[in-house]
Amino acid sequence: MESSLTELGWLTVPLAVLSGAIRVGTPFLFVSLGECLTERSGRINISLEGTLVMGAMTGYGTAYLTGSPWLGVLAAACAGALLGGMHSLLCSRPGVDHIAAGIALMLFATGIAFFFGKPLIQPRAPQLPDLPLGFWSDLNVVQANLRINPLFVIGVLVAPVMWWAFNNTRWGLYLRTVGDSAEAARALGLGVNGTRAMATMIGGFFAGIGGAFLSLSYPGIWNEGLSSGQGLMAVVLVIFARWHPVRCLWAALLFGGASALAPALQSVGISSGYHLITAAPYLLTLILMIVTSSPERSLRGAPAELALNRTD
Amino acid sequence: MTQPLPPHVEVAGLTKRFGSFTALDDVSIRFAPGCFHALLGENGAGKSTLVKCLMGYHQPDGGSVAVDGREIGIANPRTAHALGLGMVYQHFTLVPSMTVAENLYVGRDLLPQVIDWRSARAEIDAFMTRMPFRVPVDARAEELSAGEKQKVEILKQLFHGRRFLILDEPTSVLTPQEAEDMLGLLAGMAKTKALSVLLITHKMREVLAFADEVTVLRRGRQVTGGAVADFNAASLAESMVGATAFEATTKRDGARKGGEEVLEVVDLTADGDRGNRALAGVSLTVRAGEILGIAGVSGNGQRELVDVLCGQRHATGGVVAVDGEPYHARRGEMRDHRVGILPEEPMRNGCVRTMTVAENLGLHTFDRPPIARGGFWIDHHVLREKAKALIARFNIRTQGPDAPVTSLSGGNVQRLVLARELDRAPRLMIAANPCFGLDVAAVAAIHDELVAARNRGAAILLLSEDLDELLALSDRIAVMFGGRLVYETGIETADVGALGRHMAGDGAEAA
Repeated sequence: MESSLTELGWLTVPLAVLSGAIRVGTPFLFVSLGECLTERSGRINISLEGTLVMGAMTGYGTAYLTGSPWLGVLAAACAGALLGGMHSLLCSRPGVDHIAAGIALMLFATGIAFFFGKPLIQPRAPQLPDLPLGFWSDLNVVQANLRINPLFVIGVLVAPVMWWAFNNTRWGLYLRTVGDSAEAARALGLGVNGTRAMATMIGGFFAGIGGAFLSLSYPGIWNEGLSSGQGLMAVVLVIFARWHPVRCLWAALLFGGASALAPALQSVGISSGYHLITAAPYLLTLILMIVTSSPERSLRGAPAELALNRTD
Repeated sequence: MTQPLPPHVEVAGLTKRFGSFTALDDVSIRFAPGCFHALLGENGAGKSTLVKCLMGYHQPDGGSVAVDGREIGIANPRTAHALGLGMVYQHFTLVPSMTVAENLYVGRDLLPQVIDWRSARAEIDAFMTRMPFRVPVDARAEELSAGEKQKVEILKQLFHGRRFLILDEPTSVLTPQEAEDMLGLLAGMAKTKALSVLLITHKMREVLAFADEVTVLRRGRQVTGGAVADFNAASLAESMVGATAFEATTKRDGARKGGEEVLEVVDLTADGDRGNRALAGVSLTVRAGEILGIAGVSGNGQRELVDVLCGQRHATGGVVAVDGEPYHARRGEMRDHRVGILPEEPMRNGCVRTMTVAENLGLHTFDRPPIARGGFWIDHHVLREKAKALIARFNIRTQGPDAPVTSLSGGNVQRLVLARELDRAPRLMIAANPCFGLDVAAVAAIHDELVAARNRGAAILLLSEDLDELLALSDRIAVMFGGRLVYETGIETADVGALGRHMAGDGAEAA
């Protein structure tokens, strides 16, 4: 780290924040894309925190056993879809509260992941290979900071594709119909529960990939403290992004950058208030919640079927 | 245009039971292509059940449906759509955040996986040129006026090739002119056999002016029917409600001039749910002993006005005063000034679902003597006795004071709220669509009570989407449009045409 200072000086901070934004933002990105998709169908899945942990464990375990990190990602995604399926199974019963079901499922998934993950704390699983996007520079610090995980690239591609699909595919229009007016959907003969189940499963699929990133990217370890509430914060992030997948990408980078601020400042020798700055993303969450909510009006862009206290 | 004829639809002996209740009892009707058929009846007469059987939402327990001479079982709405049957619902089924084009297209039964918007748009434009009315194709549904939305609903059915249109109370959200306009267009298209229309309504005027055949249902039975020319308003009304016609019997006694000002609102502004400016400076005065009626198409700020006056929404500016004192709709102020509120959707806005009838009746008084002993201990015996008295006086049909309020029918919930509010002998009464969805008998009872309260000297602010109701009850009528009161007239000079023009926002240059 001393050498990096001499090479770039204070420019290290924005560079480190950028690289941190990408690194920390990737799980945010996948979870928020998943949540965005689910919420667009008119349902909130708050259990994605558990899905993230489950994905991390499943991905790590599968990569360790098969030797392929990509199979790990796939397994993590499938585990996520499975949890999403469980969520929609619970929610399709009459009178089940989305939030309560989500919290129960979150604790369940976390517990299961810790249970099966115990033997995985020691062994080393193969990591996902990074893409060296800093190849154009001779500076070590640039190269180190611009080693980008391929999952981030996939996420960047998924966001606009999802937005396109919302507007230009049968499935996207059906999803928005169900999310905006269950009444209209029924009048069209669409199955509201089926569409929401599908959306919840695909949402879980993405969140699972986010989990795989946590354990299979640098430094590539599995432990029980991997996730620190990203799954829950993604719910806020989607509100902030006004249910728009491309804005989810920017929001994820913003949150990632906020998380990377403290380590970046530390790398240039500023460590006073480290723990306070570490809390930046949580503070950001809180502030966003306050400024975007109002007792008087609903948010522009919010799927009309989405209400925290809906039980049907 | 060489279009095929709309389908020939016939129902024979149609019967539908829900448990021991027969909702539809042996109904037979023939709908020839190009007919304009009105289905008339009270709430609960079986109109909805009949069309839901046609559309495949319900399966009939007896009888048959035949389309183009073939007897057919309609298992679900898709089957109905494939046969050319389409329905326009009372409440809009457009997706609010989607554009008109998206809304038109999404209803396709065979929507391609990936939509080629360019060709879809060409198809929509070509379709629009064949239609007798225009709507902005790129506007989002939530930006449209109610009349435009209703037109899009109809266009949607035609776009999907459904030529037998069932319209469920389509004019309840329209101005009189919009309603005339739309029904006129439909009648014209029926005449050229471009479509068949089955109109569900309770407005006699619409039946007599536009339909050529009519069927009247009462308690699931087909009471009468035939060519509209053979009927008049009186005979239709009589067969709708049975031998005894209900009418409000209490009349407004002589106009009271110069009663003291009870409610005064000056320049009131407030935001709507979407942060839009729903109230853009409303000023009004209601005097003791008069009913001020507020007319308007829903969505022009009436709900927000009531919300502010009931304390459910913050005003962003302006003054509300009751009896000359500033008023913020706090509980104490409501009690001191004796303000009664009859909100729309009384179960949601005026009752606590999980409580009993007696508890709901005591919501204003439970914390005061005599119900609250010493100001804090609720004496359930007194609560119940008071409730029993109100139940008897206002004829609330319930199993008793301890029944859950959710066991009451809509009309009785409204009566319960009315009883509770009138019990405090209000000086000011605010009523918002107090009769929405109630049957004739319940409407008459509530109108009676409102007029009686006025005659006792109460100031009443009545907001309603039903112009006939306002014309029957009000001393003055004002029209609300775009968050403002744009027109006011005394009842002597009130004219449906002028009111309607102002409701549509066309009155600005005339005023």
